[in-house]
Amino acid sequence: MIDTITILNGHGRSGEADAVPRLDLKMGDVVSIVGPTGSGKTTFINDIELFADANTPTGRRILINGERPPTEYRDDPARNPIALITQHTTFLSDLPVNEFLHTHARIRITNLVERETAIERTLSFANQLTGEPIALESRMTELSGGQTRALLIADATIICNTPIVLLDEVENAGIHRTRALELLRQYRKIFIFVTHDPRIALLSDYRIVMQRGRITQVLHTDAEERKMATVVSHLDDVLSNLRDKIRFGERVTSVELEGLA
Amino acid sequence: MKLAICAGPATTGKTAVLRHIIRKLKDSGQRVAFLKIDVQYAEEDEQFAREFGIPTRKVYSGELCPDHCNVMVLGDAMQWARKAGSDVLLVETAGLCLRCSPYVDGGLGMIVLEATSGMNLPLKVGPMLSLADIAVVTKIDRVSQAEREVFRARIQDVAPGVRIREVNALYGIGIDPLVDHIRATPDAEESMLLRGNPPVGTCTICVGKKEIGWQSHFGVVRALDNQTFYRGE
Ligand SMILES: Nc1nc2c(ncn2[C@@H]2O[C@H](COP(=O)(O)OP(=O)(O)OP(=O)(O)O)[C@@H](O)[C@H]2O)c(=O)[nH]1
Ligand SMILES: Nc1ncnc2c1ncn2[C@@H]1O[C@H](COP(=O)(O)OP(=O)(O)O)[C@@H](O)[C@H]1O
Ligand SMILES: [Mg+2]
Ligand SMILES: [Mg+2]
Ligand SMILES: [Zn+2]
Ligand SMILES: [Zn+2]
Repeated sequence: MIDTITILNGHGRSGEADAVPRLDLKMGDVVSIVGPTGSGKTTFINDIELFADANTPTGRRILINGERPPTEYRDDPARNPIALITQHTTFLSDLPVNEFLHTHARIRITNLVERETAIERTLSFANQLTGEPIALESRMTELSGGQTRALLIADATIICNTPIVLLDEVENAGIHRTRALELLRQYRKIFIFVTHDPRIALLSDYRIVMQRGRITQVLHTDAEERKMATVVSHLDDVLSNLRDKIRFGERVTSVELEGLA
Repeated sequence: MKLAICAGPATTGKTAVLRHIIRKLKDSGQRVAFLKIDVQYAEEDEQFAREFGIPTRKVYSGELCPDHCNVMVLGDAMQWARKAGSDVLLVETAGLCLRCSPYVDGGLGMIVLEATSGMNLPLKVGPMLSLADIAVVTKIDRVSQAEREVFRARIQDVAPGVRIREVNALYGIGIDPLVDHIRATPDAEESMLLRGNPPVGTCTICVGKKEIGWQSHFGVVRALDNQTFYRGE
């Protein structure tokens, strides 16, 4: 059972220490990593995924439940408690979607029946996030950026089904974000979102602020921000609704904007 | 003295991996020697001599299979490295043959594969993978985690006994376990044997008979519909 991930003693590009020498993320926490492009957000979640041990450019060390993660996490993907949804929006793999998912499910899920249902659920999860559905027979390399991202999110959530999920800028891949958040929130995990999206940031329990490779602040979402989160979500829904209507060739009217005041 | 042989298809990251290994071995006070075996062209020996000031050599296999060339020169190379006072001899080989094993019993065998290659690569490299001790997967920074895990599964399908180590050879992430494996390798004996069975190799074309069609040849011949693949032990 995983209760906490701890991030220890990192430093930024210039060698200046992280503002928080020890950071404990607890089961059920929803955390955002924010900061300008190039500030080290991806590097931060890579440290977690690699179980960094002062052997990455940041010098950070990762503990799971207060201890060094056991080596089985590395040797046996079935026991790796972390799923990482990377910024990649292309696959290099030349396999058909079907074979890819089956191969992945085979190493993550031992029970045959569970494996088959997981593959079906993965595909249906992914297809709720994309405009154009993904066909099992298509090659991974043929998928669009949005389809790729949708499949990776679904794969990580259902096939990997790990207690820790790291998501790198899921918002900018042309997927249905509202739906993605709804679906993800049905699972109790530690979620770490690298994000530029105010909605995701304000719905998080706290946000880690990065600059020049270094953690500069940890901001807990306060009461006012929590209140704003509802409005921001509404705003976001209105916008994505507008986007969908335009995308599907419909006309839009000012009724759409009602209640925004 | 310990021996580690590092093989793998072109540009998979063998040199990049070895560079980090050499640095870490040197930092821990080990004396390292390096030998590069290539078919046509190589400059790793000069690079490593310059970067680390360690004794290095290279040999071109030319018309010989690089793995056979390895067997031919390894005795001399061990002697040379021992004389230079080395604790570890690292060999980088192109391993282009794909029928032979580049590894020897008594030394560590590592294949370097890149996560960015097609998912079928592990099926194509024969005894270079199946007879290795460790498969090092590089360029993990270039693919999604899901693809990494599927690539790993493809390796395990072909070579269930081989340990898989994933690395980012640009930043040297994941190199420590490889260094530990080298440290844990027993010292090489004076006399060593090539790992696995060499395929029956020489045919009459090898010795200069150029006629097309197996009917014109004798010894080891092969017809189109008599397909037997050599896959190592
Ligand atoms: N992104 C990334 N690039 C890598 C990695 N490992 C190696 N490379 C790059 O891949 C290219 C080839 O690496 P080398 O180490 O020269 O490959 P090699 O196997 O020694 O190649 P040959 O000896 O020429 O067959 C170089 O440009 C490396 O910088 C890695 O883990 N990630
Ligand atoms: N703490 C650090 N020390 C050294 N280099 C770093 C550090 N953090 C980030 N970098 C480097 O900075 C660059 C940008 O970082 P990245 O994590 O991709 O930023 P972001 O995801 O915020 O856009 C990368 O090349 C990364 O290796
Ligand atoms: Mg990034
Ligand atoms: Mg090389
Ligand atoms: Zn050969
Ligand atoms: Zn021949």
